[in-house]
Amino acid sequence: MDLKDLYRDVILDHNKHPRNVGKLCPCDTSAEGHNPLCGDRLSLTLRIEAERIADIRFEGKGCAISTASASLMCEAVKGQSLEHVEALRANVHRMLTGVEDPPAGIGKLAALAGVRDYPARVKCASLAWHTLQAALQHRAAETGTATVSTE
Amino acid sequence: MNAQPIAQPAVDPAATYDVASVRRDFPILSTTVRGKRLAFLDTAASSQRPLAVIEAVDYYERHSHANVHRGVYQLSQRATDAFEGARERVRRFLNAASIKEVVFTRGTTESINLVAQSWGRRLQPGDEILITWMEHHANIVPWQMLCERTGAVLKVAPIDQRGELDLDGFKQLLSPRTRIAAFTQISNSLGTMLPIEAMVRAARAVGALTLIDGAQAVAHQRVDVQALDCDFYVFSSHKLYGPTGLGVLWAREAVLREMPPWQGGGDMIRTVSFTQTTYNDLPYRFEAGTPHISGAVGLAAAIDYLEGLGIERVHAHEQHLLQHATAALRNVPGLRIIGEAARKGGVISFLLEGVHPHDLGTILDAEGVAIRAGHHCAMPVMEFFDVPATARASFGCYTDETDIEQLLGALATAREVFG
Repeated sequence: MDLKDLYRDVILDHNKHPRNVGKLCPCDTSAEGHNPLCGDRLSLTLRIEAERIADIRFEGKGCAISTASASLMCEAVKGQSLEHVEALRANVHRMLTGVEDPPAGIGKLAALAGVRDYPARVKCASLAWHTLQAALQHRAAETGTATVSTE
Repeated sequence: MNAQPIAQPAVDPAATYDVASVRRDFPILSTTVRGKRLAFLDTAASSQRPLAVIEAVDYYERHSHANVHRGVYQLSQRATDAFEGARERVRRFLNAASIKEVVFTRGTTESINLVAQSWGRRLQPGDEILITWMEHHANIVPWQMLCERTGAVLKVAPIDQRGELDLDGFKQLLSPRTRIAAFTQISNSLGTMLPIEAMVRAARAVGALTLIDGAQAVAHQRVDVQALDCDFYVFSSHKLYGPTGLGVLWAREAVLREMPPWQGGGDMIRTVSFTQTTYNDLPYRFEAGTPHISGAVGLAAAIDYLEGLGIERVHAHEQHLLQHATAALRNVPGLRIIGEAARKGGVISFLLEGVHPHDLGTILDAEGVAIRAGHHCAMPVMEFFDVPATARASFGCYTDETDIEQLLGALATAREVFG
C-alpha cells in the first residue's frame, strides 16, 4: 500500500493551505463536529440563499485528512443547491466507505478515495460531511445549534 | 574452609540482558506489517504475549477446564486449583499478606469502579477525593460518578510543564476531609513516575486511604504492596504480558472486610433464601459469577515469565532504551517531547511539527511501526499541554534498539511526505 494513495498532492495542498477558513457572522446555520478518537474539532458556518449554499466557512483543529476534507468540501458545495449537496454527500459517503469507486462528477473530492484502505481514518474524512449534514438538518428543524460526533 | 570473601563484580543488569532471546519468546514479533518488520511500540496500551502464556492458556483449555468452586469431580478441582494457584501467584508477586486480599476483576478499570462503588458507599456530602491531573480516565470518571451520587468533592493535584506532579500542591489539597487519594504510579500519557511513597505518607498523615493505579508500572518495576503501605493497588493482566479481560484489585484485608459487596450473584454468597442472603468470605465476596479462569492461568504464567527474566533486569533494559530513544528523538528537527519528568517509565509522548499525530500514526504504520496516536484516555493532560493529541511510543521487555531505529526512519518518511 502506497502512502501516496492516501496523502495525494491535493490533500497535502489543502492541508497546508486550507480554503474557506473562518467564520461567517451572521450565518443562517452552523454546527460543531467532533471526532473524540483523535480530538479533531470542526466548526461550520453557512449562509443559505434560495436553497443554495451561498457561502460556507470552517474552523478547526485536525489531522491532514480531516482538514483537507473540510477544505475540499467547502470548495465543492459553495454555490450549489441543497439538493445537489445532498446527492454529493451521499456519493462521498459511498466512496469513503468503499461501496463504489469515485463516482463521476465528484471532481477533486475523488482525492479522498485512498482513505478506504485505512478504516481507522474514514472518520477523519467524513467529519466535515457529517457536520455539514447536521448544520443542514438543524436549519431544517430550526432548533438550537446542532452538535455531531463521529462516535 | 576458605572464608575469604569473594569480590562480586559490578554487573550492569542491562548489559547482561539478551533482548534478542526475549524477542524469540514472543511469536507475534516475527509477523510483518504491510510487508515490513513489526516495530511494536504500543506496549503501554497492551503488551504482547510470550509463548509461555499462550501455551499455559492452551493447556488449561485442553486439559483442565470446568467451572471453579463448584463441582466435586476431578476436572472442576483441577480448574479450581489452577485458578486459586494463580491467586497465590499474584499474592507472592505483590508481596501481599494474604490471598484474601487478592480480588480478580476484569481489569484496572473495573478494580477502580469496584472500590468507588463499594468502599465509596460510605462517603458523605463534603467528603473529598484527591486525584492528580495526569490520571487515566479510569481513575477520574469512577470518582466523578461517586461524587455525583454522594455529594463528595473531587480535588485534582496540579502538574507542571515538565509533566511532574506538584507534590506541595498535592499535600496542600489533602485535608481531614480527604477520604481517599487515588493516583497513578506511572502516567500512561507522559511516562512520569510519581513520588508515590511520599504521596502515600502524606495521605496517611491526614487519615485518608490511598489507591495506586499500577497499570503502567507493575510489569516494569518491582511492586511490594506492604512496603508501599497503600490501601488499594490495581492493575490489568494484559499490560503484564497476560490475557485481556482480567485484572487485580489488591486491598488491605482490614479495609476489604469493611466493604459491602458490589455485584450480586453466584460464588459471592454463602447461603441464599428469599428472606436473607449471607455473603462469602474474602476475596470471593467480590467475585460474583464465573470468573475469567483461563485469564488467571495466563496471568500466573506471565508473572512466572517476567520473574524468570528478572523484573530488575527488564527495568534496567527499559530505562536504557528510554535514555537512548529520548536522546535520539531530541535530535529530530521539529520534534517536541511532551512530558520530561526526571524519573520516567518507558513512555515517550511527542509531537512532530506540521504533522498531526493521527497522520503520523498512519505513516509510521506504513513503515511497520505501531505507536499510539490520540489523547491516551487522558484528555485533561492534553488540555494542560494545549494539544489535541500526541503520538506515543512505549516500551516493554522485548523492545530493542532496532525498534527505535525503525521509528526514527519512519519519522523521516513522515517529514518527506509532508514536505
